[in-house]
Amino acid sequence: MKNPGILYESQKLALWYWALAVVLFGFQLIFGLIISYQYLQPEFLHKIFNFSVGRLLHLNAMILWLLFGFIGGIYWFLPLETQREIVGLFLGKMAFVLIAVAVGIVVGVFLLVQIGKADWVTLWFITEGREYIEAPRWADIGIVAVFSIIFFNVLATIWKAQKLKGILWVLTLDLLAIIGFYIAGMFFTPNISVDQFWWWWVVHLWVEATWEVLVGVLVAWVLMAVLDTPRKILEGWLYLEVFLVFGTGILGLGHHYFWIGAPEYWLGIGGFFSALEPLPLVAMVVHAVYDAGMHRLTTTNKPAFFWIVFQSFGNFLGAGVWGFMHTLPQINLYSHGTQITAAHGHLAFFGAYVATNIAMIYTALQKIRLSKGGNLDGRLWRWTFVGFILSIFGITAPLTVAGFAQTFIERAVGGSTWQAYINGQLHPWVKEAMAWRFGFGIMFFICYLMLVIDLCTIGKQPVDKENTHCL
Amino acid sequence: MQLGWLEITLFSIVLTIVVSALFVRGKNWLDPGFWAVFALVGSLVMFSVLWLLTFDSLKKMSFGSKRVPSPTVINHRVGYSYDPDRKMFVPTIGEEELFFGKKWSEKEAFQLITKGKLAIQSRNCMDCHTLLGNGAYFAPDLTKSWLDPKWDTMIKPMVGAETKEEAISKWLQNPEYYATWQRRMPNLKIDDQEARAIVGYLKFMSAIDTNGFPDHFGQSALAY
Repeated sequence: MKNPGILYESQKLALWYWALAVVLFGFQLIFGLIISYQYLQPEFLHKIFNFSVGRLLHLNAMILWLLFGFIGGIYWFLPLETQREIVGLFLGKMAFVLIAVAVGIVVGVFLLVQIGKADWVTLWFITEGREYIEAPRWADIGIVAVFSIIFFNVLATIWKAQKLKGILWVLTLDLLAIIGFYIAGMFFTPNISVDQFWWWWVVHLWVEATWEVLVGVLVAWVLMAVLDTPRKILEGWLYLEVFLVFGTGILGLGHHYFWIGAPEYWLGIGGFFSALEPLPLVAMVVHAVYDAGMHRLTTTNKPAFFWIVFQSFGNFLGAGVWGFMHTLPQINLYSHGTQITAAHGHLAFFGAYVATNIAMIYTALQKIRLSKGGNLDGRLWRWTFVGFILSIFGITAPLTVAGFAQTFIERAVGGSTWQAYINGQLHPWVKEAMAWRFGFGIMFFICYLMLVIDLCTIGKQPVDKENTHCL
Repeated sequence: MQLGWLEITLFSIVLTIVVSALFVRGKNWLDPGFWAVFALVGSLVMFSVLWLLTFDSLKKMSFGSKRVPSPTVINHRVGYSYDPDRKMFVPTIGEEELFFGKKWSEKEAFQLITKGKLAIQSRNCMDCHTLLGNGAYFAPDLTKSWLDPKWDTMIKPMVGAETKEEAISKWLQNPEYYATWQRRMPNLKIDDQEARAIVGYLKFMSAIDTNGFPDHFGQSALAY
């Protein structure tokens, strides 16, 4: 390993971002548990902490902690790529403090104020009230400012190091796209069809295009760190992946335009391109299996390696298979707006993004805790890994069953009215599924606690030598 | 202009492949640079197509277009019926019908639904309900909820209102007084003006052409 034991200042900043990310992950899960319990006991915290507030916090905590994890990854690997300290370190630190304070204020407002009057003050200072991008306008501008600082730091560092090639230009262009697409969500229009049209530019083009490419970059770096995969192979795969992700994902946006009042041609375009969207994910699974086989599973960082291999499977199953299940308009006409979407969302976010962040943190811990080289391994991470995977499938499967019941009872037979909705919700396949989901949610939370303990302790005790290097 | 989805799809794929192929002549396909060309060309082509379609879509979705009606649609009776040509349910706009006892001018109607949209956002409706199918799944979809038979059969007698719009408005202001189901809507401190605006918005939204979603809304004998 280069520079054993010495951390760049940028890497210390990365650790701040990851620490905040892990804390927010915990908050996401607590809010998630509250709202999933409200499905079972609607009276729980009714009028004090309504479902809408809990869900808003559940979603936004997730978006923010995943983003902080990615930012941490950029700050961790960028100096390794460019072999120099980042430019604009002070700016980066300032941005961190600002965003941490801003998150605190926004969460405080969401918890204590919750709703506003029908006016501009609400949009600017309380909530925008648009699912996923509820953050008030001032915080939106802050997010763009923080990403602009990161973009500047990346570009300036690359410039100084004279290294704009390979993985780095993909990162640079992708960051620009992330900033650009977010701006599409910062306006008000009374026309809900136009509102939803642009809203999906942020929501879809972030999650199903730019984020996928960003984790492609991060996964490539993790693979280099834990498997010594040759750069040339990773670059070739990354470009192919960008081609497939953007080539299918940009017009795959059309699968969100089926029912919002947009023209009928989106039914065909969206259906076709989103059917191709799993392609890059299949390619990633092939790559992961191939790569692991080439190295005979030999690595000095087993937790990071396992999480990064799972990332490709989780992404493929969650985003690819569960996404494809309801992406064709003929099916989506009935499954749209049911728990099938929730099932897809839970598995896809965990597989694609949570796994990447955890793998990156383990990669960093190896360098911090085992400064003279050595294997990062132990028992607890294995339990955590298996427990997380079991519980996320335990959350996804009942939601899928509930979604099927809703699709049939509420939509296909019932005609989607208020009463049809209630009839669907009262069906045992939905009611019991919600109990299962809550139970596995608790299991997931326990795994989170185990993860935190493991992240705090792994690598501090020497590993049994006989059990190293090969599985 | 009438655009066909198949033409657009084939055009963007063929253009990507042809342009990329021109640039990678002579390159080895195992060379990363080969795929870098595909990545750049593919992204640019797809994004350009999206950009062009966006202009077209926004035009077709503007107020007063065929798909999204003018806010003055609240002055008319709105329905939902099967269109055999398009093989899907489409909103129908019928004869004039007073809304809250009056006919709304274009300006008034526009102001009303602007306020309605602001009210919907300020109360985070989408974090329990779905609108046009997007949002949370804790409460019913509101896309066509103006046409829901429950307003007439249950809510009108419950709140003691003369018309549907009054019934919805009263119900929205005090949802906790009227038992509907075990999962109950909290009081979101909606005042009278805001409630009227939200009702106006629900009526306007039910007249948007959503390509047949939700299918046969309110037409099922099994769910009244």
